[in-house]
This record gives sequence, structure tokens and C-alpha cells, in this order.
Amino acid sequence: MSDSSYWFKPPPRPSQIPMRPAEPINPLVEISIDGEKVAIPTGSTILDACKKIGLDTPTICYQDTLTPVNVCRVCVVELEGSRILVPSCSRKVEPGMVIQTDSERVRHSRKMVLEFLESSVDLSTSPQILMQAKRYQTDPSRYGDPAPPAAQNERDHHHAGHHEIPTGAQALTVAQPPKVDNSLYVRDYAKCLLCYKCVEACGTDAQNTFAIAVAGRGFDGRISTEFNNPLTDSACVYCGNCIAVCPTGALSFKSEFDMRKAGSWDESAQTQTDTICSYCGVGCTLTLHVQENKIVKVTSPFDQEITEGNLCIKGRFGYTHVQNIDETNPLSTEEVSH
Amino acid sequence: MFGVGGGTNSYEEVEKTDVILLWGSNARETHPIFFHHILKGIHNGAKLYAIDPRRTSSARWADSWLGLDVGTDIVVSNALGREIIASGLHNLDFIQHATQGFDSYAKSVESFTLDFAERESGVPKATIREMAHTYAKADRAIICWTLGITEHHNAADNVQSLINLALLTGHIGKYGSGLNPLRGQNNVQGGGDMGALPDRLPGFQHIEVDAFREKFNRKWNTTIPPKRGWNLTEMFHAMEKGSLKALYVIGENPLQSEADRKHAEKVLRGLDFLVVQDMFLTPTGELADVVLPAAAGWCESQGTVTNSERRVQMVRQALVPPKGAKDDMEILYEIARRLGHDWGTPNSKDIWDELRSLSPVHAGISYERLASGNGIQWPCWDESHPGEMFLHGRLWEQPRNGPPVSFTPVAHDPPVEKLCPEFPLRLTTGRRLDDYNTGVQTSGFQSPLRRGETLDLCPEDAQKLGVLNGEIVRVVSRRGVIQAPVRTTESLRQGLAFMTFHFQDKINTNILTIDETDPRSGTAEFKACAIRVERLEA
Repeated sequence: MSDSSYWFKPPPRPSQIPMRPAEPINPLVEISIDGEKVAIPTGSTILDACKKIGLDTPTICYQDTLTPVNVCRVCVVELEGSRILVPSCSRKVEPGMVIQTDSERVRHSRKMVLEFLESSVDLSTSPQILMQAKRYQTDPSRYGDPAPPAAQNERDHHHAGHHEIPTGAQALTVAQPPKVDNSLYVRDYAKCLLCYKCVEACGTDAQNTFAIAVAGRGFDGRISTEFNNPLTDSACVYCGNCIAVCPTGALSFKSEFDMRKAGSWDESAQTQTDTICSYCGVGCTLTLHVQENKIVKVTSPFDQEITEGNLCIKGRFGYTHVQNIDETNPLSTEEVSH
Repeated sequence: MFGVGGGTNSYEEVEKTDVILLWGSNARETHPIFFHHILKGIHNGAKLYAIDPRRTSSARWADSWLGLDVGTDIVVSNALGREIIASGLHNLDFIQHATQGFDSYAKSVESFTLDFAERESGVPKATIREMAHTYAKADRAIICWTLGITEHHNAADNVQSLINLALLTGHIGKYGSGLNPLRGQNNVQGGGDMGALPDRLPGFQHIEVDAFREKFNRKWNTTIPPKRGWNLTEMFHAMEKGSLKALYVIGENPLQSEADRKHAEKVLRGLDFLVVQDMFLTPTGELADVVLPAAAGWCESQGTVTNSERRVQMVRQALVPPKGAKDDMEILYEIARRLGHDWGTPNSKDIWDELRSLSPVHAGISYERLASGNGIQWPCWDESHPGEMFLHGRLWEQPRNGPPVSFTPVAHDPPVEKLCPEFPLRLTTGRRLDDYNTGVQTSGFQSPLRRGETLDLCPEDAQKLGVLNGEIVRVVSRRGVIQAPVRTTESLRQGLAFMTFHFQDKINTNILTIDETDPRSGTAEFKACAIRVERLEA
């Protein structure tokens, strides 16, 4: 430092606190929801307005850190003058909108969406969706017994247009064995309801790695790597940011998958502690999920401004040095003796 | 810089800026979540320039990649400065208002013409010119750097040359404009802030200033020696000379992390007494007379760390440490007790409150505020202060608040080890995405991306040497020989080789590296040594 005098004085304080420039103030828009008047800034969504007046709107594919893709249709509401129901998660408010969120039409639509999902997707690790199903009194059994599961990788070879029209005797499903092709992730697509969140997290909304996308069409649509390669031959960098946003457990950490299989996964016995990752100077918050003094999962809070719930491979998986792992078996995360 | 050491901006400003110069940094792999903020900036329309000898995975996102020769950073930065001045794009109002020494700076960059820069650095002059104009004309522009700037024998000059660019254009002290070193570990920033520097007391208060020392003397009821201490390099020199005989190493593995491994080992073995405090019995620990098993700071103890945007953040205990391992704090308290000073029971909050009472920039950061939020950025002068989002806003005040800041002319000084027919390749070192430093923490997890250590070469060099991908070769520098498999990669240019230092138990890269260090910062020139590659059967 050429002018070393700085170093011998306390740094001068600015006379004003440095702040981000003020955002332009959006004028308020007034709309009516279920007969109640709501005033909310231009650019807000109907869902924002529903939240503002305390309405509990079901969502599956929506997450505030991701761009809305409007695919699950469970958040739909009735908009006066609109031929179709509109997705509240992405439809922006306009002056004078009149909206019904609990009309017969809305309830019926939400119920059907949830029934279709229940009849075709394994929701056993999606307690929130099952609660929504209960709220809308679904009856998935009316679509018949589930069809037998597909063989390993069978669904990956379905081509667009090859889908056969079902007989109606059985409920078609996406049931298939899980894909375990690496030491960190499991992809259990019998639980996938195609919400696109993983694709968005891997894409421009967060990671920008583009390892996965939706392949196929209609009921044969599925999440796939390029050319359906194993994850280890894909662009995947194992950040786990897709797993973090998955609402059904279709994507899970191998550690959790193995423990669930062994019957030892016990969320009631787990603690969650926020700390800071040690692998670089960015300062990502890690939420350590600990069971019996072992880290069983690492996440990051979505409302944390540095990470928005995202981490890298080191932060997500680089914790094994504080526990005891069998290094001799590359696909095992089972504990070995001390 | 300018009195305090820390990044001047917040991460969110990278999303809102117009131009980002990413200099000597592969943030995509080494600071992946910071790179998410850069990506948001790119999606918002910011232009990214990557200045790096390697075309890294970060550089692939850049609008323009400046693939300079290793150690020619000042050639490029001074040429940028000259081009900006020659084109009249410098911010004369800001220069006159807030800086001093412009004339001598302008004179010092006079000889760095675009032609000279192209010849010396290997970067096409049109590319340098375009970057100079874009950076100077931008409303907002941010420079970020990492060890590609600092792991050189002239590290401080490299940093200074970037500071000059910000002063020249006024890209400092404003939202979305500034200078940001990205820290490599979770508490590099915090360690310096807490006074773990040879010349500082906590809060950047210089140890040779009587008033600062007096404050600490009173609080600690002791007399602090009025002279600065040694940095790591100076300590190694002192050990070599025999004037430093005992060493206490906390959480570091210098045997493997220091440049020139053979030399480091000789020096460490020559000590009378070595204490190593670490989570694991590292190779350095194996040389120690006493090993103190420590708990893992990030998950087995309580405290704070400070990140690259100066944000003080809370670290919380999630695990009970293994039997026998103790919190660093407990170990230090116990040593103090054995030396006859009973400091009581260690408590991280009490220690933090003591810090707050002594360091004005931390005064407002209470434990309660840290516990309930996502951390607070220093300087934070009192408990109602939100913390400063960006630094040096005072430079724009009318009239100016505080002293002007100085340009510091710097000269080009190429890497100490020149290339020659005997050692014709430039070896540079760095990190990869899934591994960390000497591998002490990351070697335990099974990364599907891990491919072990390799000597990375460009396909043309591999062909010229007659070596194949995967072939094990001898890598020779003036200091030693190692063997490593070759991996060809198009991210390198001819004459440039790359290795990491993650797998030193198997392949000891630092046998090759050179222990030439920057006298001011004490950083070694890990980024530049000269090697040759030999086939095994040859």
C-alpha cells in the first residue's frame, strides 16, 4: 500500500448508509377474490394476492425461487370472463379481476388433478400432496387398479406418438424400478409427477448445467439426461440442487434412499442445525440434518439470500470426513465400525 | 484496500452490474454459488470477461476470454489503463475529486501500448482494446479476482494494478461497482478481520499505532509488543535460519500445502518443537512432537465466520465431536490455564462481545442479530445500523469525506522462473470443483466426478511430446520429479500445463512448485513454475 497512512487510521465512515438504489414503486391494482377486495402492486400474481388475504392455495410445481411453468394445474382459480381456469401462480393481477378460488368448478378441477396424480404416481413420500388430496376428497380408485410396473428403463424407450390408448380397465402408472447409477443420487421416477422443478433448477433458474430435460410427450413424458445416458456420463455436476426442489422424493440423496430402504430413516429423531460451509469463502448456509450424531442430509434454506437453497457438490456431500464411511465400496454409504 | 481489507460489494450487486471482469478466477468450480450470482448477472445482460491463462468452465460463460500468458496480468491491466486514458475514457471528475497520484500512474502505463501488451501477454490487442472501452464506458462494473492474481511473487502489485483501473474509471464506492477478492476458505476474511495478520489487532487496527494498542492493553491487562510479527513466509525464513525454533500449527497442513515440498519438509523437521492442532493426523501432524486433536470448526463447535462480502455469519454445533477431540477454543483456554492464566470457561458469545467492544467496525453485530438473520456485513457501527452493503461510498460525497485514495503505479515483473529449453513448459496449479486443497476434508466422500491427479496438457503439446491421454509421464522441475498421468484438454494453450494439489498423498504436485513469495503478502508463486515432461521409457 503506497499511501500507508490509511492503514494507521480508522477507516472513514460514509455520512450516509450505502444502500441499493430505490426500486420504482409499482402502483397498486385492485382485484376481488372470493368477494373480498385486495389491493396489490402491479406485477404481483393472483397467488400473491391469495397469500395476502390468507388463502391456502395448493401448489406443486410452484416455488418462489423458480420461474413458474404452470404444469401441475393444481393452483387454478376461476377468473370472471375467462373461458378456462387460470393458474394463479403465474397469472399477473389486472385491475378489476374478479376471482373465485373455491367454486365448484375450481374444486372439481383441483380434485381431478390430484386424483390423476395419485392414480399414476407413487406419492408415498409426498405428505403435502396427500394432504391436499384429502382436502379435495379425492377417490383415485375410480380409475381402476394400477397397471403393472414397467421394467427397468422400459419407459425411457417410449417414443412420442407410440403411446397406446388405455382400455380403461386399469390405471396407467409411471411405476418402475429406481435408477441407482452413482454414489450420491437416486432417481426414483415412479415418484415423478413431471413438475419440471428439477429441470429448472438444473437450468437457467439456478445451476445452468442443463444436464436434464423433459423427453417424450404426454403420458410418456419423463425427465431424462441427454440420450438417456447414466448420470455419470451426463453433464451432471452433483450439486444436488434438483434434489433440493423435488416435491415428491423422486430425486433423493443416496444416503436417505439407503436409510429408507433399511427402515432406519426417522425424521422425528432428526435435528436440523444451520451452519456455514467451510469449502470456500462464499458463506453458504448449510442445514445439517442429523440423526444419531451423523449427518444424513444437507440442505440450504430457500430464503437464504446467498444460496436460495442451492449448494455445490462439496457443500452438499463433502461432510463424510466428520463421520465414518466405508471407502472400500464406492457405491455404499453404509456406516462401518469406528 | 484504502484502510480495510475486504470485498467492496455484495453478491447481489454482481446480478445488477453491467460488466464483470473475472480475473484469475475459476469461480464456476471454486466458488460455485457465487458464480450463480454471476450467472444471474449474465442473464440480466451483464457482459462477462474472463482473464485467465486457461479457458476454464467459468471462461466458457464469458463474452470474451483473455487467455493471457501466466504472470502477465500487469501487462494487460496497465495496457487497459493506458488505452482508457489514451481514448479519453477515464473519469476525470472522480479522479480529481477522490484520488491522488494520477499523473505518475498515467506516466507509468505510457509504455504499455496495445502492441506491447499483445506481444508480452499473448492476448490480441483488439480484445484488450474492446475490454478497456467496455469497462470504462459501463455505468456499473465489478472486478472479481482469486488466486490467479495473488499466487504470484508480485501478488500485491497485481492487486494494486486492478485497484488502479477502478480508480481510473470511478468503478468503486457505488452500488454495482467495485473490487472483490473471492476468499478461498470460509473464514479467510474473518481471520484477517480478527487480527490473524502479523501487523493487525482485531478490526484492522494497526499494532504499531499506540492508541490502538493502548485500548487492547487496558482491556487485556497486558502489554502488547509494539512491533509487527512475521507472515508465513517470513516464519519459514526464520525457521530456516534457526531463529524460529518452535511452531504451533492450527488447522493447516503446511507440509503438503507449501510450495517446494522438499524444502518445507526440511524446514519443519529442523524445528526444536512442533505442535499441530487438527481434526486429523495430517502428514504435518506426523512430524509433530505434540498433536492436539481438534473438533471440526464448521459443525462441531459454535462461533462466527466472515465471508467474501464481509458478512459475519453464525456457525452452530450440529454434532458431538469424537471422543478426545476438543473445540479449538477449549484447547487454547486450557493451554492458557497451564501457562498460569485462567480465562474461565470458554464461551463463544463472550469472546464475540469482547471483540465488539474493541473493534468499532463490528460493534453493532450482536449475537442476537446474528442468530435471527442471515448475518450482517461489517462495518456495522451500532446495533441500529444495518451493515454496509458496499464500501467507499464516501469517495463520492460532496465535499469529499476523508482523505483521497492513491493510484499506485506498478511495473511488470514476469514470473521468477523463466522458461528455457531445459524446462520449456509453464506449470500452473489450481482447484477442481469436487475437491478441496490438500484433500484432508474431501478425500472421504465418493465423488462421481473425481478422476485423481493428472498432468493436463493441450492436445498439441501432448502430440509434440508423443504422449497419450492416460500415459504416465515424468514431470521434472528444478526442485524435483514426480510421475503423473497425462490428460489432454482443450482448455489449455500450447506451452501451458495444469495440475491440482488435491491428491498429495499419491501425487505430490508441490514437489515441483517454486517457493518464491511476495514480500508483502507472503503468498508463494504457485501459479508459475517451469517444467519439462519426459516419457517413462525414453
